[in-house]
Amino acid sequence: MKPADVYRDPERVRRLAARLAATVHRPLRFMEVCGTHTVNLFRFGLRAMLPPELEVVSGPGCPVCVTAAVDIDTCLAAAAHPEVEFATFGDLVRVPGSCGTLADLRARGARVTVVHSPAAAVALARAEPGRLVVFAGIGFETTAPLTAAAIVQAAALALDNFCVLSFHKRMPPIIDRVLGAGHRLDGLLCPGHVAAIAGRRAFAPLAEVYGLPGVIGGFEPADIMLALVRLAELAGRGAAAVENGYPRAVAENGNPAAQALTDRVFIPADAPWRGFGTVPGSGLVPREEFARFDARRRLDLTPRKMGSTGMEPAAAAVSEPAGCRCGDVVAGRCRPPDCGHFGRRCTSTAPVGPCMVSAEGSCAAWFRYGNDGE
Amino acid sequence: MGIDEDMERVTLDHGSGGLAARELVRRLFVARLDNPLLAPLEDSAVLPPIGGRLAFTTDSYVVDPLFFPGGDIGLLAVNGTVNDLAMRGARPLALSLGMILEEGLEMEILARVADSIAAAAERAGVPVVTGDTKVVPRGAADKMFINTSGVGVIADGVEISPRRLQGGDAVILSASMGDHGITVLAARAELGFSGTELKSDTAALHRMTAAVIARFPGAVHALRDPTRGGVATALCELAAAGGLELEIDEIAIPLRPPVRAAGELLGIDPFFLANEGSCIMVVEAADAADVVAELRRHPEGGQAAVIGRVKSGEPGRVVLHTAVGGRRRLRPLTGDPLPRIC
Ligand code: SF4
Repeated sequence: MKPADVYRDPERVRRLAARLAATVHRPLRFMEVCGTHTVNLFRFGLRAMLPPELEVVSGPGCPVCVTAAVDIDTCLAAAAHPEVEFATFGDLVRVPGSCGTLADLRARGARVTVVHSPAAAVALARAEPGRLVVFAGIGFETTAPLTAAAIVQAAALALDNFCVLSFHKRMPPIIDRVLGAGHRLDGLLCPGHVAAIAGRRAFAPLAEVYGLPGVIGGFEPADIMLALVRLAELAGRGAAAVENGYPRAVAENGNPAAQALTDRVFIPADAPWRGFGTVPGSGLVPREEFARFDARRRLDLTPRKMGSTGMEPAAAAVSEPAGCRCGDVVAGRCRPPDCGHFGRRCTSTAPVGPCMVSAEGSCAAWFRYGNDGE
Repeated sequence: MGIDEDMERVTLDHGSGGLAARELVRRLFVARLDNPLLAPLEDSAVLPPIGGRLAFTTDSYVVDPLFFPGGDIGLLAVNGTVNDLAMRGARPLALSLGMILEEGLEMEILARVADSIAAAAERAGVPVVTGDTKVVPRGAADKMFINTSGVGVIADGVEISPRRLQGGDAVILSASMGDHGITVLAARAELGFSGTELKSDTAALHRMTAAVIARFPGAVHALRDPTRGGVATALCELAAAGGLELEIDEIAIPLRPPVRAAGELLGIDPFFLANEGSCIMVVEAADAADVVAELRRHPEGGQAAVIGRVKSGEPGRVVLHTAVGGRRRLRPLTGDPLPRIC
C-alpha cells in the first residue's frame, strides 16, 4: 500500500465511521472552515457515513465565496483600465459583482487572463512589458506567502508593470467573528492547510477564549474521519482543547519561514467579507515598502457600472445577486438547499452566487455530489 | 503553381478551390488515403447498396495540442467517429474528412496528421471516401480543425439503445478511466506539468463491440463512449435516457495510478476526464461475466470490468459507492469545462 492509500483504506475508514457512530450520543454540530474539507466530505462519500445526529456545516473557508461583492467590483474597475492585464485564478472570473463578472468584461474587450499561480502572473508581466499586470491575490494563510514571494521576486527584478490587488484574508479574526456572534456549534474542524502555515497554536484561542474543542484535520478520508472522531470525543467529554489531528503536516508553530515572508510583505488591515461585513484586521495589504506593488495605490479603483463596451464612469451601488444566500451559507447560517435558487436558477452551469461558482464552494459541492435532501 | 510537401507552409491559396488547392488535396490526402471510392474526387462519393439500417454521425475535433502522447488530432478524428457508429451497433462503412487549416500552418505538420489519418483508417478498415479542405486567415482558427462524418450499417435484429435498459442489468467499463483527458491536459505547457507515464487511450472499438454483439445476441442493451464529460457524464446520460437509476462501485473502476496521481495534482476528478478508447456497456446480468471475458480478449478491452448495475429507482440518478465505503451522487460535468480535449 502506498502512503496515500493508507488514508484511503476502506477498512480503516469504516472502523473510524463505526467509532464515530459509537461516540456521538447527542445532536452535535461541527463547522469546517476549509473548501477542501467541504469538497472531500462529499467527494469521498463521507457524508453518507456520518451518524444522523452529527451535522457538519461549512463556514467561511472558501476564499472565493467569502470575497465580497464590493471586492469583485474593485476587480472590474481594475480590469477596465485599458493598460491593465488582469491575472486571476479561474474561479474569480465567473463571480458576479454588482453589475457583472470579469468574464462579462472580458467579452467587452478587457484583458483577463487565468493563471495558476502568482509566479505565473510575474512571468506574464515580464513577457508583456507594455502592460500593467494586476494579480488578484486571494486566499488565506496558505496562499498569502506565495503572493508575498511573487512581490518579493518582482521587487528583486525591479519590475514596474506588476502589482497585486490583495484580497488575502486571515483565519483567526473570522473565527473570532463566527464564535463571538452567538453560535450554535459544538466544535470546529480546523483546516490542515492553514494550520500547516500558521501552526496549531493559531487555533488555540478556540479553546482558551471560546471554550470549544477543535481538531486540525488533514484531507484524506481517514484524516477527516479521524478528526471528526476526536472532535466528537472532546465534545462528548465537554473538553475545551485544540488537538493536532494532522501531525504529518502541521507543527505547533507552523511554518515560520512562510509566516515571515507574509509578514515581510503584508500588514493586516480591515477587510470586507461576504456574510460578515467588515472584519477588523482580517485582511492583508502590502506594506508601505512594497507600495508600488499595491494595485490600490497605483490605479483608480472607483467602482463603475458596466456598459455595452466596458465600464462606464457612472458609479454603481454595491449589490449582491438578488435572492442569493451565499452570505448565510458561508456563515453556516443556512445550508445550500435552503436557498430558493439552489438547483433551480442556480446550478454549476449557470451559477448565481460565488458559492456555486467556486469548485470549493459549499453550494457547488452540494450540487455536484449531494443526494438531494441528504 | 505546383505543391510540394517541402513547401513550408499552408497559404490561403491552398483553400481557394483553385489549382493549388487541388494539388494539396492530391499530394497530401489522395495519395495517402487511396481507395476506389475516393479516387474519382467527384462532388460526392457513391457507396454500394447496403443491407440494413443506415447509421450516420458527425464530430469535430479541435484538440489542443495537435500531438500528444499516444495520439494526435488525426487519429482522434478517425477513431472518434468510428466509435460513434460502433456505439449504435453499426458496422462503420465510410468516413468523410473536412479540414479547416490556419494560414501559415507548417506543411510538415499537415503531412504528419494526414499520415496519421491514413494509418488509422487503414487499421480500422474504414475508408475516407470524401473530403474538403479550407484555409482561413491566420488567427481565424487555431492551426487545424477537423470534422469527420461517418456512415455505417446496423444489422437486422441489432437494437442498441439506452431505452433497452432494465433493472438488474450490469454496467461494464471496457478500459481504464481518464487516460486521454489527463494526457492532453498534462501536455498543455501552461499547466507546468509533465507526466511521463501518461498516454491517450484513443482506439477504434468497432471490432470489439461487434464481437460482443455477435456472441451475445440481444444481451447488449446500450453502449456509450465516455468522451467529453467523462464516465460520470456518460453514466448520467444513460440513466436519464433509460429512465432508470444506476449504482456504481468506485472500487471496481479501472484507474491507472499515474492517471489518479495526475488528477489529484491538477485537481480534476477522473470521473470527468475524457476517454477516447473505452466504452460503457449495459448488458444482461446473466451474461456480464462472459461479456467481460470476451472484452478482455481484445487489446482495447484488457481492463474491462463490471462497475455497477441498473436499478429501478429515481430515473436519471447515478449513485456512486465510493472506494472508502461512502456514498454520493455522480452528476454530469457542468461549469468549469475542460476545453478542447478532443
Ligand atoms: S444556491 Fe446559488 S444563489 Fe443560492 S446561495 Fe448558493 S450560490 Fe447563492
